[in-house]
Amino acid sequence: MSDPSEALASAKAAADRIVNVKRLNACLTPIKELRKSLAAQASTAHPSGVLYGMPVAVKDNICTLEFTTSCGSKILEGYRSPYDATAAAKLKAAGALIAGKTNCDEFGMGSSTEHSAYGRTLHPFDKTRVPGGSSGGSAALVAAGAVPAALGSETGGSVRQPASLCGVVGIKPTYGRVSRYGLVAFGSSLDQIGVLGRSVHDAARVLSVISGRDPKDSTCEDRDSLRLPNVPESLQGFVIGVPKEYFPQDLDAAVRRACDRAIRLLRELGAAVREVSLPHTAYAVATYYIIAPAEASSNLARYDGARYGPRFNGSEDVRALYRTTRGDGFGPEVRRRVLVGTYVLSSGYYDAYYRKAQQMRALIAQDFRNVFDRGVDLLFTPTTPTPAFKAGEKLNDPVAMYLSDIFTVTANIAGLPAISVPIGRIKGLPIGGQLIGQAFLEDEMLEAAYALERAVPAAEEA
Amino acid sequence: MAGAWETVIGLETHVQLRTVSKMFCGCSAAFGAPPNTNVCPVCLGLPGALPVPNEHALQLAVRAALGLGCTVHPRSVFARKNYFYPDLPKGYQISQFEQPLATAGSLSYLSPDRGIATATIQRLHVEEDAGKSLHDRFPKQTAIDLNRCGVPLIEIVTGPDFRSPHEARTYLLTLKQVLEYAAISDCDMEKGSLRVDANVSVRRVGETMLGTKTEVKNINSFAYVEKALTVERDRQIAVLEGGGTLAPQTMLYDSKTNGVRPQRSKEESHDYRYFPDPDLPPLVLTEQFIAEQQTLLPELPAKKRERFVEKYALSVTDAAVLTADRNVADYYEAVVHAGADAKTAANWVMTEVLADAKDHADGLRVAAGALANLIGLVRGGTLSHQAAKRVFAEVAERGGEPRNVAEALGLVQVADTGVLSGWVSDVLGAHTSEVMRYKQGETKLLQFFVGQVMKASRGKADPKLAQRVLEEKLAP
Ligand SMILES: [Zn+2]
Repeated sequence: MSDPSEALASAKAAADRIVNVKRLNACLTPIKELRKSLAAQASTAHPSGVLYGMPVAVKDNICTLEFTTSCGSKILEGYRSPYDATAAAKLKAAGALIAGKTNCDEFGMGSSTEHSAYGRTLHPFDKTRVPGGSSGGSAALVAAGAVPAALGSETGGSVRQPASLCGVVGIKPTYGRVSRYGLVAFGSSLDQIGVLGRSVHDAARVLSVISGRDPKDSTCEDRDSLRLPNVPESLQGFVIGVPKEYFPQDLDAAVRRACDRAIRLLRELGAAVREVSLPHTAYAVATYYIIAPAEASSNLARYDGARYGPRFNGSEDVRALYRTTRGDGFGPEVRRRVLVGTYVLSSGYYDAYYRKAQQMRALIAQDFRNVFDRGVDLLFTPTTPTPAFKAGEKLNDPVAMYLSDIFTVTANIAGLPAISVPIGRIKGLPIGGQLIGQAFLEDEMLEAAYALERAVPAAEEA
Repeated sequence: MAGAWETVIGLETHVQLRTVSKMFCGCSAAFGAPPNTNVCPVCLGLPGALPVPNEHALQLAVRAALGLGCTVHPRSVFARKNYFYPDLPKGYQISQFEQPLATAGSLSYLSPDRGIATATIQRLHVEEDAGKSLHDRFPKQTAIDLNRCGVPLIEIVTGPDFRSPHEARTYLLTLKQVLEYAAISDCDMEKGSLRVDANVSVRRVGETMLGTKTEVKNINSFAYVEKALTVERDRQIAVLEGGGTLAPQTMLYDSKTNGVRPQRSKEESHDYRYFPDPDLPPLVLTEQFIAEQQTLLPELPAKKRERFVEKYALSVTDAAVLTADRNVADYYEAVVHAGADAKTAANWVMTEVLADAKDHADGLRVAAGALANLIGLVRGGTLSHQAAKRVFAEVAERGGEPRNVAEALGLVQVADTGVLSGWVSDVLGAHTSEVMRYKQGETKLLQFFVGQVMKASRGKADPKLAQRVLEEKLAP
């Protein structure tokens, strides 16, 4: 595509498709505003860009000049960022069109997109179920065919988990591969912007555009943008480890069948598959639920009603302003995590929780290094323990909700790249398999993902 | 009874680094801009914005640490200090906590009671400033100015080393001198670029355990340092002598009443929940970077003072006066290098030059070369000392070369024997009876004749030459 009329047509078609799936509540941008903006963007987009005319939806916690950035929260209702996130700016520079803001769990805290102040997003194939989360709006829009790709963000699996549940591809790059500038922080040491796509290729080409150095983010690595690998003929020479801790006794039988089939296909493609062990895996969720809330409690302190965002009743003095803004503005899951985070950082508890969690984090990262040092190139695991669950099923049981991230949090804790690829259906619902790569070796991980994607009958029952 | 108490004071000084931009963003760090104009998403703490350390601020901080003899750590960690306050937009301040930039330094200063004393510098760390809450701008409302927010600071913490409010003040002035010398900070307390909090306690002389300490805040001018600490010291002694006990609390100094009052407990934050800032990787400084800062550090006041004593044969007191300000010290050396005698130059700088600088904001108005020339004119007999002072004032006011100015003012001493002989003859002719008395042995009249010659020449005659000519003419 290189013609403005084609870009305009693409913009209009994307808007039409987004209107058609309005019932999913995946896109938070009002449709009139979306149409107008898409047309304007298409007419000014850079024709020589590698993503010229490609509509890309953006999670509501990534700042864009177009549209509001509310993070799925009442506390930022109507908030308009005066600047573009680096990832959004890079998308636009490549000619892509920002196709609206997608619904998510408030500030990324959740695994079902039920914790949004703007209502839950429905699973595109079964409205009684959740699309996963927190990037559920992005996953649902891609799965419904409204956009070829969308930006999401991850702190503990928020791209890969909904990708698995919605049957799309989800990539979380290495920590430091994509700038976090303009990504509204949840757990800064874990957060990364990721991509959801119809295919490995769609997701990868968007990732390639948004990756690379950024002087505005001190934690972003000084590296060139990711180069896309070719689709390999075979996986000859690849050593793929299967960590036994990710296949517990009580793993859902159908999920196990789907994974076994994928592993068999990887072997048939020429990869050497061997069982490995990551002994500290059992502590990952606990570690995550100390570090992420701790950082969140500090990151979310800025939402105090003093400078931006709505003010609520009863703000007669500054203490009352804080109380009502944060009491009424945050939803229950955010309040829960801010309380937990405040607690674990308190003097007298810091050593018992936060410091210990940091030590465990180092051990979990070391587990991965040990395996990779012994010649393993990639790891294969299930992405999620189950397919999409029913709406409301885990809403009142936070721990059950937290456990849906059990296979994804480790990559965030260790800062490693990981991808979820659809590997089959379970009673009609999609399920994903996960490849975890070595730091900054996304290209190897993508090669294997390309091969797996091509080989696996993702639409068939496992 | 008061003599039986010993005062123990430690200081925490916040110093604004002299950078163009703020600590973690590109906004101007200048003082005095209209409210909320030097701001951006980063220092406003807008959602999604991230900090990036200012390299120049780190250079200055390392120079300060080296200048204070600290160990600079090759790896230090930025930490978040969490508390809620309307002028703190992120809800936390980026500072350093467990792993500061530098530790274990010292600063020697001239104690009024103990001679040369040394304060230990326990730690020196980098942090960002908060904004400013203005409570008196609008009735019943607080206005917030975020221009200061994110301005780079270092915090310098001493041990409990000072034994009197006067000592604490002397240390502070010495610290200010060092930081000004190295161009690290303006150290202007009125503009908030230097702020000090003090930990104060008292104990019986001979006691080795420290007493209960209070923290004195809100000392916002050099003039109040000693007053505030004295007031608190006296308050503590009065409480203890009255049989009471002290609470470890924060006291706010009020310069209007010269009193202290305890900060309301609501104003105090109890738990800052420090943790390493995940937005900033550990600050790793290479050996080369640290060594480079060392070479960029100028000669500091104490060193310079010693050198002046040795090289220019000055007294310690004179050397201290000349080195108190780096510009003055440089000026003095320039005058000497331009050929002036070191001792004479020192006298000139300490009297005429400093007096002139004190009265005029535009600094050292007579160029070092010009002063050296002026001193040369006095030494060569062209100008009297009195005349030279007039020339100095004229050059300071209107510029020009001292010799030309002296000539234009008609102040050049006449050293021409011919011209002098005329004045001498006139004087001797007009005072024949004195001449008689001189010739009869009343030789002390010579000074009278010299005076008369000076008068006749309206001060232009070279007095030494006039005396010689007089002696010749009066010789039998
Ligand atoms: Zn700024």
